[in-house]
Amino acid sequence: MDEMVVGLYIFVLAALTGREVITKVPPTLHTPLMSGANAISGIAVVGALVVSAQVDSGIAQILGITAIVLAMINVVGGFLVTDRMLEMFKKN
Amino acid sequence: MDLSLWVELSYLFSSVLFVVGLKRLQSPATARGGNQLAALAMLIAIVATLVENQVLTWTGIVAGMVLGSLIGGVAARRVKMTDMPQLVGIFNGFGGGASALVAAAELVRVQTTGAALVLGDGFTIAVSCLIGTVTFSGSFIAFGKLQGIVSGNPITFPLQKTFNALLFVTLLVLGASVMGLFEIGGLPPLTVFSIFTVVALLLGILLVIPIGGADMPVVISLLNSYSGLAASAAGFVIGNNVLIIAGALVGAAGFILTMIMCKAMNRSLANVAFGAFGGAASAASQLSSGDKTARSVDAEGAAMILAYAQSVVVVPGYGLAVAQAQHELRKAMDNLEERGVDVRYAIHPVAGRMPGHMNVLLAEADVPYDKLFDLDEINEDFARTDVVLVVGANDVVNPEAHNPESVIAGMPILDVDKAKSVIIMKRSLSPGFAGIDNPLFYMDHTLMFFGDAKSSMADLVREVREA
Repeated sequence: MDEMVVGLYIFVLAALTGREVITKVPPTLHTPLMSGANAISGIAVVGALVVSAQVDSGIAQILGITAIVLAMINVVGGFLVTDRMLEMFKKN
Repeated sequence: MDLSLWVELSYLFSSVLFVVGLKRLQSPATARGGNQLAALAMLIAIVATLVENQVLTWTGIVAGMVLGSLIGGVAARRVKMTDMPQLVGIFNGFGGGASALVAAAELVRVQTTGAALVLGDGFTIAVSCLIGTVTFSGSFIAFGKLQGIVSGNPITFPLQKTFNALLFVTLLVLGASVMGLFEIGGLPPLTVFSIFTVVALLLGILLVIPIGGADMPVVISLLNSYSGLAASAAGFVIGNNVLIIAGALVGAAGFILTMIMCKAMNRSLANVAFGAFGGAASAASQLSSGDKTARSVDAEGAAMILAYAQSVVVVPGYGLAVAQAQHELRKAMDNLEERGVDVRYAIHPVAGRMPGHMNVLLAEADVPYDKLFDLDEINEDFARTDVVLVVGANDVVNPEAHNPESVIAGMPILDVDKAKSVIIMKRSLSPGFAGIDNPLFYMDHTLMFFGDAKSSMADLVREVREA
């Protein structure tokens, strides 16, 4: 239970940090913000790797590897498409 | 120092890089570097994870990473800027799905070792699976609506809210059983868990189908937030702080965007989620416009008005994206600027199908971002503007918002009717998503330029050159 409480502290403080940082993102960058944030939510890949590493067969492995595929689509696709968009934003 | 300390420090470092990367999104000048920093943070976290864990078999892991990267890479390269809402929508779903699968894999792993599930672990697994699964199926429906596979109109049926509430209660009971609080009819835990997942999938679908197409900016933002929360929940499942932190950051980002979108429509989140807004009222309201006449203008006439104006403000809407007319628009405006006309762009927060959709389209067409202004920045200036050119937008310029009786009462709008003249490029007089008539179309200083935005704009480019 202790670990969970510490986790909650971390979660709340990170959410507040996120709020401070993201409130100041201008509307013109809201789409890249969303796709970039989306890529970051692909951090689930770390969880997928941790679980997959511990098993070498069975349903758990199939689930873990499927999670890796989905999360990597998110990570690679998200960062690349955000980069593609931000490359286009030019000043006069 | 032992290895696991180094790995924890790497996670901390990558958490810091995520925050700094997001902070750099505060200006278009530093945003690209910020995104690259976040990507670097992800790479560090992945490498640290692979170094720390004693991987039993590499084949599946490597194959999964390569396959995912390929699919993501190809999708990111190929997608059209106009289709960005769909892509982000489906990516949200994949993120949520991955988190749900992590929870599921962990549950199966614990079950096969034969160890008893600790109550706290059961709780985090159930929560992670619930949020992730709802995000997954909800995002697929959102994608279907944006892509036109599922009807963009709200899909409703009798007792829908009651049914959803029942589903939710079912999920609570099943979830409690997954946590190991009690057994249901002697079913094995994994069977209960499977039923739990299927019901959660169904809930995700049912939560999104009653929401109309133009409310998609809210839905996409909310699902974005959920995908972050799902990752955080997965972090609780495996006791990993970088997941908790990164997920919380994304959760906050999505939630802030959700609230901005709701405010821009003067509606509560509950109203968007459960109001089944839009689409239905259109037939009745159109009849009432029978006695009013709108004046139309052709490309030549519009070109004359625009070419001899001193200041022009363009108001783009979803119609611009549908017609893919952003490049033609920029060409027409370039021609005006060469003649010395001051051209700016006014972007309503909910124009398009996701937050900032119009800004990306205009950036793609090489319109510099310092010519784009949001509602607050430009609304005062319309009274001093010669011509406003509205391209494929409707509700966001509807002066009915100032009428307390109207369904869109109180929605902040771009006050384009204050300008000296208004040209509206649109296919017909039909109402926008809110399903109500737009009095702007029938005002004395308004001219309707009927047609598809792309071909109309191409005609305009030619006529402005000759004007």
